[in-house]
Amino acid sequence: MSFLTRSRLLFGAGALTVLGLGYACAGRGSGSLAGTAEMAQRVYVAPGEKDELYAFLSGGFGGQLGVYGLPSGRLLRTIPVFSQHAENGYGYNEETKAMLETSYGFVPWDDLHHTALSQTQGDDDGRWIFVNGNNTPRVARIDLTTFETTEILEIPNAGGNHASPFVTGNTEYIVSSTRFSIPVPNRDVPIDEYKKFFKGQISFITADQPGKMDIAFQLIVPGFNYDLARAGKGPSDGWMFFTSYNSEQANTLLEVNASQNDKDYIAAVNYRAAEACAKAGKGVRAPAEYRHNIFDEFSRIARSERMTSVLQIQAAACPGSIYFLPTPKSPHGADVDPTGEYIVAGGKLATVIPVHSATKMLKAIADRQFEGELEGIPVLKYESTLAGEVQEPGLGPLHTEFDGKGFAYTSMFISSEVVKWNVETRQVVDRAPTFYSVGHLMIPGGATRHPYGRYVLAMNKITKDRYLPTGPELTQSAQLYDITGEKMKLLLDFPTQGEPHYANAIDAKKVVDRQVKFYKLAENRHPMVSRSERETGVERAGRVVHVRMTAIRSHFAPDNIEGVQVGDTVLVHVTNLEQDWDVPHGFAILGANTSELLIMPGETRTLRWIPRKPGVYPMYCTDFCSALHQEMQGYVRVSPAGSTVALTANTRRGAQARGTN
Amino acid sequence: MDLIAPQYPEGLGMLIRIDGVDGLKPNDLQSINGLNHYIGMKTIEPESIPELRYMRWILAGLIVAGLAVAALRRRVPLYLYSVLLVAVMAVGLWDYWRWGYDYGHDLDHEHAIIKIQGMSYSPPVIGRKKLLNFTATSWPSTGGIAFGLAGGLVLWASWTSRRRAEAA
Repeated sequence: MSFLTRSRLLFGAGALTVLGLGYACAGRGSGSLAGTAEMAQRVYVAPGEKDELYAFLSGGFGGQLGVYGLPSGRLLRTIPVFSQHAENGYGYNEETKAMLETSYGFVPWDDLHHTALSQTQGDDDGRWIFVNGNNTPRVARIDLTTFETTEILEIPNAGGNHASPFVTGNTEYIVSSTRFSIPVPNRDVPIDEYKKFFKGQISFITADQPGKMDIAFQLIVPGFNYDLARAGKGPSDGWMFFTSYNSEQANTLLEVNASQNDKDYIAAVNYRAAEACAKAGKGVRAPAEYRHNIFDEFSRIARSERMTSVLQIQAAACPGSIYFLPTPKSPHGADVDPTGEYIVAGGKLATVIPVHSATKMLKAIADRQFEGELEGIPVLKYESTLAGEVQEPGLGPLHTEFDGKGFAYTSMFISSEVVKWNVETRQVVDRAPTFYSVGHLMIPGGATRHPYGRYVLAMNKITKDRYLPTGPELTQSAQLYDITGEKMKLLLDFPTQGEPHYANAIDAKKVVDRQVKFYKLAENRHPMVSRSERETGVERAGRVVHVRMTAIRSHFAPDNIEGVQVGDTVLVHVTNLEQDWDVPHGFAILGANTSELLIMPGETRTLRWIPRKPGVYPMYCTDFCSALHQEMQGYVRVSPAGSTVALTANTRRGAQARGTN
Repeated sequence: MDLIAPQYPEGLGMLIRIDGVDGLKPNDLQSINGLNHYIGMKTIEPESIPELRYMRWILAGLIVAGLAVAALRRRVPLYLYSVLLVAVMAVGLWDYWRWGYDYGHDLDHEHAIIKIQGMSYSPPVIGRKKLLNFTATSWPSTGGIAFGLAGGLVLWASWTSRRRAEAA
């Protein structure tokens, strides 16, 4: 059966997705392309050796970012971003709660979709990685010296921040665009008046200054669903390409109603032209409520700033800032090759992969090769921008990455495979099955001017029978392929957390040397820091009790506290006095209605506790810190409200004159 | 002095100079002192070691005297100087050993967390020694090597001048 007849059969059956999966599962077994020993050799990282690459895999509906080593596929760390993380107290302790503040209040979860490493001159520089929250529209900056979330900016007038946070060549901007168009400003209107009230928006966020992310301008665009984006380079430098679907502007049963048009659009945004319009005063400062949350480097406390307006530009009022490129059938990915000449779209329902040319697009704009206008935005003729189409690529093309050697690799969701094709000739040269239903795929540096190449990582939506089963909920999965040769070779299959949508990987050398090993105690500017045991103590201010405590191997000071009363708000500020790598201390109290604290050397973290019953409450170190870790404990005595027990604490000063101070 | 242990593959180190003691890395001394309390060892406080205050003047005196002896070009002062230099060197090493012995033996047995019968923790003066989970290695650094070389040169000068005198 040829590929084409198979695909016709599937379309004819009218149950595309279900059958597509059936085909994927039945047709592709576990046949290995390389010998097992050879595969193992390529991914085995011997004890004491380190991985070649850091891979950052989005955690999807887990709201976190996974850090893996490649080629081993070993999970190194989970970085909490948009979700509370009980393991280290992120979003639970007093210092980090503000990171999760939004204009809707405290939102302790999000759907983290895409990753974007910061770039310098179009190449990954290893300074930061940006990620987006889809549900309550946000973008975040993660500092790769500490692997911590240091900044979160909420996006107003967005309903689902999906086409985000893709970065420009010098990290001037990251972007955000709305997946669900909504009324702008959002208000109470009938849903079936979608076409009248609903608008899309495309935001450009300044990103090259840590702590100063800001929405430079927001373009108001037709009410489609904006999906993914990629910045141009070379001939397409200064442009950002966004895919859109639902150009039908349906507001119900989108799976049918948004699949009517033969072509949807890539929105090509000339952000330099939009910048000029913003400078020329063609926008308006519209009222908008959103939050900017910043983590202070020295106090290590987050604060949430309330923002009240945003600069909006009506796309039609800024001619030359945006053009629509017709693109077949609900495109998903818009990917730009390393030269910047080709813009590849993955039409989920398309039977070809269209490849647009940047130089043809610029010429078509100059020659005004328009087929019409949409809400004042010129629509270019399909043929005028098209370099060519990849014929019979497979079913359900989604995303494309590049190896820097003239080849593109496209993920095929329905036929569950990675397809390799020549960018210039647009001929398919190889295909490899994935297990199963690959969504995104990633080549290290695949979004840069100089891809690192060597591997492609397929991130799959369905795991089924690949690992030991764990009840109804199964892990997600990824497959790593060698792409150094003519044929792709499957090397490794490893489980992933959440649902990775996109990932970036970077040469470990660019990140390793930047690592912070501990925070300098002398630079700790937390208002409740205790830089030595001499500075510890207890203090009452009305119903609030402040405990300033230190932790060092292997004791807390103080470790006995009396005079706390039922109903007091006890704030325990614990400073870790260690100044050595990999010596965190943990802190937990019996019955506290929050998570533990995990305190890195040199930092201060605060646990809020309101005791409800009189008694004696043990507290202890939760992170095994030394041979005497089990001895690292203490007690808090809680007396009834109004008790005459004085507030006291032993600070151990003099109790052990030698060795510690 | 370097201290290597399974949990300190990168090592902790002390640079013991004639006028002070520093960690090799910024917090090494603090970390070593943090560990010392397990075995009841005193904290290493450079201020409490008086030698570190006057050793530099003794060394300065030796340098001046050495230059004077060189300028005199006489045999007897050279012999006296070599005896003095070797004596200072020996006393210096003995003093270094004595401090090591003091830290290694004067332990607070009452509060020590780890007590091992008969175990003491004197570091090696020169060479390598296993102290519980740590391997301590002590080698002279640039200054020590220069001092040793100076001693060698003075002895060699005394020896050759004496042979020349005998030949004449």
